[in-house]
Amino acid sequence: MEIGQIVFEKKLLLTRDSLVRYAGASGDFNPIHYRDDIAKQVGLPGVLAHGMLTMGAAISPLFDEAGIKLVEYSVRFSKPVPVDADAGAELTVSAEVVGIEDGLAKLAIKAVFDEQTVLAKSFAWVKND
Amino acid sequence: MNPEIVGKTYPSTPAYLVGREKIREFAKATFHSDNSPSISIDAAKQAGFDDLIAPPTFAIVLQQQSLELVIDDPEADLDFSRVVHGDQGFSFQRQIVAGDLLTSQLSVESVKQLAGNQMIAFLTKIFDEDKQLVAEARSTLVVRG
Repeated sequence: MEIGQIVFEKKLLLTRDSLVRYAGASGDFNPIHYRDDIAKQVGLPGVLAHGMLTMGAAISPLFDEAGIKLVEYSVRFSKPVPVDADAGAELTVSAEVVGIEDGLAKLAIKAVFDEQTVLAKSFAWVKND
Repeated sequence: MNPEIVGKTYPSTPAYLVGREKIREFAKATFHSDNSPSISIDAAKQAGFDDLIAPPTFAIVLQQQSLELVIDDPEADLDFSRVVHGDQGFSFQRQIVAGDLLTSQLSVESVKQLAGNQMIAFLTKIFDEDKQLVAEARSTLVVRG
């Protein structure tokens, strides 16, 4: 890997089906991820994607290529991702190499929804051998 | 959340057996490809493992088990209905593989007041059957004021 290299850039469509599937897989059944009425009761615009779904989806292309080399991955959830019942929510996820030291490559992981960054200060460290 | 809870370490959770199909289900739900080592046994074997490797964020399942102890702890006084996920991080000593028997142990690292909200930092250590550290999960939850 080299500094400045874009390791992947990919568009993902999150739908309400995606949220139900993630709820079942993860065991996170917070109703704000599948019920508009409850989401609105707690002051949200509507059903939101699980932050952990965005975090997991944003690393999946890198892991599938270099999975056994991942040593650290951390994110900040900077904006919620509302998922429209009809249109869903299109995320653009990408990874760029921003540093190389001590045998590790540091990658900036990005997730953008509706032109807004939804994961901030998000980095993955992979062994660079 | 009671700020005096800082420094408290909760007991280890009961052993969690990592299932092959649970890994596959989690991987599909987080948009992994069909040739991912979390979905394809052949890909996992090519990577040098005997069975499927868990996706990076799978460790959240173990963290969640430990977090349940905090939610159920009257001393912690955490109102989960007002909680928003702030930060999340994982560091790995080794990959989690199907067949692993894992436990987790959570400590409360800090409770800070920020603009009317509370920021709570947790560290969850995940161990295998041989008591070896497998991964660490760091999480910051924001309790809306």
